[in-house]
Amino acid sequence: MDLSHETLCLIWFVLLVVLLTGYAILDGFDLGVGILHPLARDDRERRILMNSIGPLWDGNEVWLVTFGGAMFAAFPNAYATIFSGFYTAFMALLFALIFRAISMEFRSKWTSPAWRRTWDACFFVGSTLATLLFGVAVGNAMIGIPVGADMEFKGSLTDLLGPYPLLTGLFAVAMFAMHGAIYLHLKTEGALQERVRGWMWHSFGLFLVLYMLTTIYTLAKVPRATANFEHHPWAWLIVLANVLAIANIPRSIYLDRPGQAFISSCLTIAAFTFLFSIALFPNLVTSNLGDGLDLTIYNAASSARTLGIMLIIAIIGMPFVLAYTAVIYWVFRGKVQIGEHSY
Amino acid sequence: MDVLLLSRLQFALTIMFHYLFPPLTIGLGVLLVVMEGLYLRTGRIEYEAAAKFWTKIFALNFAMGVVTGIVMEFQFGTNWAAYSRYVGDVFGSALAAEGIFAFFLESGFLAVLVFGWDKVSHRMHFFSTVMVALGSIFSSVWITVANSWQQTPAGFHIVTNTVNGLPQVRVEVTDFWAVVFNPSTIHRLVHVWIGAFILGAFFVMSVTAWYILKRRHEAFAARSFTAALWVGAAASLAAVVSGHFQARNVYRHQPAKLAAFEGHFATGEGGAPLHPWGWPDEERGEVRGAVSVPGLLSFLLFEDFSRPVTGLDRFPRDEWPPVWLSFQSYHLMVALGMAFVVLTLYALFKLWRGSLFHSRRLMWVFVFAVIGPYLSNQAGWVAAEVGRQPWVVYGLLRTADALSPSVTAGQVLGSIIMFGLIYATLFGLWLYLLDRKIREGPALVAAGTGGPPEGFLSAAARRADHAGDSMTGVREES
Repeated sequence: MDLSHETLCLIWFVLLVVLLTGYAILDGFDLGVGILHPLARDDRERRILMNSIGPLWDGNEVWLVTFGGAMFAAFPNAYATIFSGFYTAFMALLFALIFRAISMEFRSKWTSPAWRRTWDACFFVGSTLATLLFGVAVGNAMIGIPVGADMEFKGSLTDLLGPYPLLTGLFAVAMFAMHGAIYLHLKTEGALQERVRGWMWHSFGLFLVLYMLTTIYTLAKVPRATANFEHHPWAWLIVLANVLAIANIPRSIYLDRPGQAFISSCLTIAAFTFLFSIALFPNLVTSNLGDGLDLTIYNAASSARTLGIMLIIAIIGMPFVLAYTAVIYWVFRGKVQIGEHSY
Repeated sequence: MDVLLLSRLQFALTIMFHYLFPPLTIGLGVLLVVMEGLYLRTGRIEYEAAAKFWTKIFALNFAMGVVTGIVMEFQFGTNWAAYSRYVGDVFGSALAAEGIFAFFLESGFLAVLVFGWDKVSHRMHFFSTVMVALGSIFSSVWITVANSWQQTPAGFHIVTNTVNGLPQVRVEVTDFWAVVFNPSTIHRLVHVWIGAFILGAFFVMSVTAWYILKRRHEAFAARSFTAALWVGAAASLAAVVSGHFQARNVYRHQPAKLAAFEGHFATGEGGAPLHPWGWPDEERGEVRGAVSVPGLLSFLLFEDFSRPVTGLDRFPRDEWPPVWLSFQSYHLMVALGMAFVVLTLYALFKLWRGSLFHSRRLMWVFVFAVIGPYLSNQAGWVAAEVGRQPWVVYGLLRTADALSPSVTAGQVLGSIIMFGLIYATLFGLWLYLLDRKIREGPALVAAGTGGPPEGFLSAAARRADHAGDSMTGVREES
């Protein structure tokens, strides 16, 4: 393929954003279901919640794994800096994801209440911790981290837990909780669904408050967040789309259009990942130790040949991925039924 | 302890634990395709029950593989950042290809496999089973390509780039197909698959031998055992052949590694001996307590008893792999491989004589024999990875130069403790649930006597009443 290295870097940046968006939308609702799980009242409700994502969470998580693999292949310098710099955070994330996964796998294998309570707790803690960490990572990417000329991280864990990353972490938890509640409204019925309606309103309120706080903080304290918007005024269209999508969530809940609410919530998340990416561009890792130390999509990238080969792989592979995803979601459409093969 | 040793220990712990699961996934995946294919063709209820039973075991195993696999992908970046920077251009592509081609396929259709029995048609379910089996095979292809490139790098050149004012040396792809089909890929991939089929076969034989001993589901058990025995015997024989050619290939491309496998210290003048067992002593440069067969190593490598084989003395001391561990893990794998051949051929002989299932002692041997392929799969990989040392990419990058500069020993120690605790818990739970599923057995009541479908249905109903029973409370059915 005769594309220049710069073009290929840009294409791969866009593809990473697509993978991240896919991950945030898909795993977003199943992490959200985990965050809401303690609100279920009895064992049957807890099983319905878990089984609403039962067949889907594993496929959703693959988006993250592929995002990691694609970053390794396309931008190895950024992959190495981020993964080794955030060592303890990544170990905590692995801990959370492992416990979340096995809590679903093991919970219903035995009826003992103590056994089930233990796995319920793991499911909630794993889902919430993973979401919080994703949010913290986004916040750190926005404000920048201490990275030296050798591309290595120079700070410690406490450098990653500043007020802004913690705020974005909480924002992520609220957003996924809302997304999960809207999803659950589609998958439940009867009295449980009525209560899920309440969860939707409450999580939306929390989301709205944190959204405003995060926006104000970002505009006031993170100057580079809006720098790109001056060069690319079209990016304001995404801001507009974001606001409209958010506004449509309470409207469609009120009008009792759950499908529309879910689509709005998906679009909200997509708009956020796009805005996040535009704010970062062209950096993947921003250093706060001085100018000229950033890892960009150009200096962190693989060779043009590798990016070209990977593009061919992606062009062959992605249509299949989208097809499987569509088939699986079609097969498992409709309300949750607890049956012989359920968790 | 230093970061290097700790990071290596962590990698060993996490990869060895992970590799308990993928070979069985590959081995059982193929078996599921056969079972369900037979059910689709014949519509016989015992094939359906068998397919559903093995699907449950498969799903549990698969889940463990996924959970422990995510750790592996993150670990290249977390613990081996210098390695990731150096090889990302080559190695990362294989991992990304694995994600796009294999993981989505497997995890998507696994959902249909496990949860979709009542949601999709039999044909669609069978299609999903085929896709999952195919996905696990694709996955093994890409990861073996990646690892083989570390053993015998090809299709690359070394480039110095400037990043933020400092020079950065790394490898970049020149020929993608040369990377994929590097000199060891095919040999190693075939050997990995054979190892997986042996494990799959012995796993099935272990479970079904236990049913035969307990006089449960006997017809189902005998039929499954026989099929698995043929697969196991064929795969065990194939392993010997593939292992032979692979060893020759190792000698051609990684002679120090083969010398360590064989405890061959001094090149010497004439033919090299083979040590079937022994205790290599790196300091004294000899294999203690060994029985040596003169010239046999030369014969195996060159079909010539008197041709010298390059020994470790031809390599600088700091390019030797750890000899003792390479030797013992390699020898353990070979010895177990030979034992599989003997055991399966003996069992086939007993089958031919019609006395296989009456020999309780042999059935008990098969119940526990499954530990063998688990050990040999692990030992083979230990030999492959330890034998490559001190290199992480053979001849190009030393393991000691591959670490993450920003990670401290304390951090790695913390994560080793975390993984140790999690994996110990997971291992216990996995054994417990596996044991329970096996005790429950397939949901067929009258397969042995060819009873009417009503029997099956009422048995299924009875089972539903007891679905929450603990392992000891599960009812015997036949």
